Amino acid sequence: MNNGQEELLLLLQKAQNEFGYLSEESVAELAKSLALPISDIYGVATFYSFLSTKPLGRNVIRICKSMPCYLKNCQIIIDTVEKEIGIKPGETTPDGKFSFQLTNCIGACDKAPAMMINSDVYDDLTPGKISEILKACK
Amino acid sequence: MARINSNTELEELRQEILSKRDQNKPRIAVCAGTGCLASGAAKVIAALKEEIKKQGLNADVDIKETGCPGFCERGPIMVIYPEEICYLQVKPDDIPEIISETIKERKVIDRLLYTDPTTGEKVTHESEIPFYKNQKRLLIGTNINIDPKSIEDYLAIGGYRALAKALFDMTPEQVLEEVKRANLRGRGGGGFPAAKKWETTRNVPREPKYVIVNADEGDPGAFMDRAVLEGNPHSVLEGLVISAYTIGSHEGFIYVRQEYPLAVENVDIAIKQAEEYGFLGQNILGSGFDFIVNVHRGAGAFVSGESSALMTAIEGKVGEPRPKYIRTAVSGIWERPSNLNNVETLANVPLIINNGAEWFTSIGTEGSKGTKIFSLVGKVNNTGLVEVPMGMSLREIIYNIGGGIPGDKKFKAVQTGGPSGGVIPEQYLDTPVDFDELTKLGSMMGSGGMIVMDEDTCVVDVARYFVDFLCDESCGKCIPCREGLKHMREVLNNIVEGKGNEGDIELLEELSRLMTKASLCALGTSAANPVSTTIRYFGDEYQAHIKESKCPALVCKELVSYYIEPSKCQACMICLRNCPVEAISGGKNQIHVIDQAKCIKCGVCFDACPTRFGAVIKISGEPVPASLPEKERSLVRGKK
Repeated sequence: MNNGQEELLLLLQKAQNEFGYLSEESVAELAKSLALPISDIYGVATFYSFLSTKPLGRNVIRICKSMPCYLKNCQIIIDTVEKEIGIKPGETTPDGKFSFQLTNCIGACDKAPAMMINSDVYDDLTPGKISEILKACK
Repeated sequence: MARINSNTELEELRQEILSKRDQNKPRIAVCAGTGCLASGAAKVIAALKEEIKKQGLNADVDIKETGCPGFCERGPIMVIYPEEICYLQVKPDDIPEIISETIKERKVIDRLLYTDPTTGEKVTHESEIPFYKNQKRLLIGTNINIDPKSIEDYLAIGGYRALAKALFDMTPEQVLEEVKRANLRGRGGGGFPAAKKWETTRNVPREPKYVIVNADEGDPGAFMDRAVLEGNPHSVLEGLVISAYTIGSHEGFIYVRQEYPLAVENVDIAIKQAEEYGFLGQNILGSGFDFIVNVHRGAGAFVSGESSALMTAIEGKVGEPRPKYIRTAVSGIWERPSNLNNVETLANVPLIINNGAEWFTSIGTEGSKGTKIFSLVGKVNNTGLVEVPMGMSLREIIYNIGGGIPGDKKFKAVQTGGPSGGVIPEQYLDTPVDFDELTKLGSMMGSGGMIVMDEDTCVVDVARYFVDFLCDESCGKCIPCREGLKHMREVLNNIVEGKGNEGDIELLEELSRLMTKASLCALGTSAANPVSTTIRYFGDEYQAHIKESKCPALVCKELVSYYIEPSKCQACMICLRNCPVEAISGGKNQIHVIDQAKCIKCGVCFDACPTRFGAVIKISGEPVPASLPEKERSLVRGKK
C-alpha cells in the first residue's frame, strides 16, 4: 500500500531540477525519508530517460531520432550538433554547458527534424539553424 | 469567482459570458501550440500586441492565443474573425500590414493566404482550405476559438454542459448506457469499448475506485493527445469527471509525459480553474458528487503508456507492465479497481452526452463510430493533425487532405499505429480507416500516427528502425520481447549491411510469431508488426538485400555506392570541394571521379551536384563502372 511511494517520481524530478542530477546523497536521503531500499530508488531513477544519476550540463540537448525525424534526415542535425559542441551523444561538455542525448519521439513530428533543449522545443531544423540556437544557450 | 452551485447558475454564468462578447468585434486568433510556438508564434503574438497598442486599437480588437488547429506545416497560423480570414506562416514583419489593412480597412492580404497548389487560387477562409474542408473536426475544430488557459472560453462554447446534464438529468446507469450505445472505442490504440471498461470497474464491489487519463503518448509520429490537452484541456477534464460519476470514483489521475511541458502547464491551470468554479472538488455543481484529480508527470519511458505499467508508475515504482490475468479495471493502482482511458477517448464523452448516442453512431463505420484524429507526418505535403470520420480511406487522407507526396515522388507505404502497427503498401490505399480494417491488414489504427513514406524509403531500414526503437524502450521484464527484439535487430542489421543470409526471413518470421504469442504486454505482442508487415508486403526488397546485396530504395549505406556519370559531369568542382574526405579527383574542365576506396558514402556529393546536371548517382546491387582513363577525362563542352 501507499507509504508515500507514489510521491517518489515527483521527488526525483524535484531533486533533479534542483541539483541538475540525482546524486548518491539525494538518492540515499530519499530512501531514508520514504523508508525504501536504496536499490528501489535507483531502479526508478535509472528507468526513466529524463532522470540522470550523472551530472548533466546546464543545457540538455535532446535530438529526436524517431521515424518522422529520421525520414527528414535528423542524422545531419546530429552530426552538426556533434561538430558544434565537440561531444557525442551521451556525453557532457567539460565546461558543463551542454549535455547531448538522442531521444525517442517528442511529438513534434509535424515539423521534423526536431529537438528539445531543456523544456523548449525547436523544430524544422536545418544545419544552418543549429549554431544560432546553440549560441543563444547560456 | 464564486463556485457554481447548480445547473441554473451554470447557464446564467454562460449567458453572462456570452452577453459580454460582441461577435462582430474583430478577433485575432493565433495558434500558440507547441508546433507554432517553435515556428515563432510567440514573436508574432508579441508584435501583434505591440502594434495594436501603437495604433491605439486596444479596445477594438481581441487577441486570442489558442491551441493547435492542425495545419502545423504552415504555422504560425492566424485566423481573423468575424470574417474567418486565415493567414499562414505569419511573421512579425507582417503584423503592421495586417493591422492597417485587414483590421482597419477590412482588406485581405493575398500573399498571406493559402494557395491551392493545383489551381493556383487563393483561399481566404479557414474552412475552405482543402486541408480543413475534407475533415470533420469535432474535437480539434474548436481549438482555434478558445484560449486553453481560459475556462470562460470553454464555457462560451458550451463547456461543462454535458457534465451538468449527466449529474442532474441522468443516473450513472443512464450515462453508461448512452456511452455503450455510442460504441465509443478506446482511441489509445486498443480500440476496446470504453463503456465495457467503465462497467467492469463500476461493478467491482470494492472502494475506492480510480479513473485515469493516459496522456503518456509515446508512439513515434503521434501527437494528437498533445494537441487536445494543450488546446482544450477542459474537454478532457469534463470527460474524466463524467466517467468518474458513472463509475463511482472520487479520485483521478492524469499521467502526462514529460516531453509535453505546455500540456502539463495547461492541464494544471485547467484543474485549478475547474476547482474554483466547482467542476471539480467537493459537491460538484451542488450535485453532492465529489471528485479530485492529480497530475503525474512521466519521466521519459515509452512502456509506461501501457495501462498496467502506467499504474505501476503512478504508484511510484518502476513503470513496467505486469501480467494481466486480472484486468487493471478490476485490480489496478494499489490493487484497486482502476479505469484508464486515453485523452481522445475522454474528449469524446462530453460530445456523446450532449448530442446523444444516435448522433455519434451516425458518424463512422459499422464497428467504429465517431471521428479519429491522426497525425499525418513524414513524406507528405501537408503535415499536421487531421480529424476525420472513421471509414475515410487512406488515399483520401493522404491525398485530399495531406496534399499528396512532395516533389513528384511516388508513394510507397504508410506506417500506421506506431511501433505496434504495420506498414501498408499502395494496393491497400483505398482501405477505409477504422479499427477492424487496419487490423486485417496486419497493422492497426493505434493511437493515430500516420507516417507516410515515399519511394526513397527502404522498408527494411524502416523495420530495423522500429525494432531499434523498441529495443531501447522494452522494459526487459519478459524474455520474448527483450531477447526477441535484440535478436531481430541483429538479423536486420546484417541484412541492411549486406551480410544477410539465406533463411533470415524465415528466422524473422519465427521470432515474430514467438513474440506475438509469448510476450507479457500488448507492446511486446505487437512489437513484431513492423517486421512482419514489411516482410508480407515487401518480401522482394528483403530478398534483394540478402541475395543481390541490393537496396532497391538506395538507402542502406553499406549497399550503395556513389558514382559520377562522365557524360553528365560538367566539371563544376562543387562536389569535389564539398567532399569531406577528398575522395573526388578532377579539376576545371576535367571530369570528376570518385575514389571508391576513399569514399565514406556520406552522400554530400549527391546532394551538392546541381539538379540540372544530376551527374552524381547512387548504384546498388551492381558493380561501379570503372573510372575513365586519365586522358579521356577532358571535358568537351557542347556548342551553345
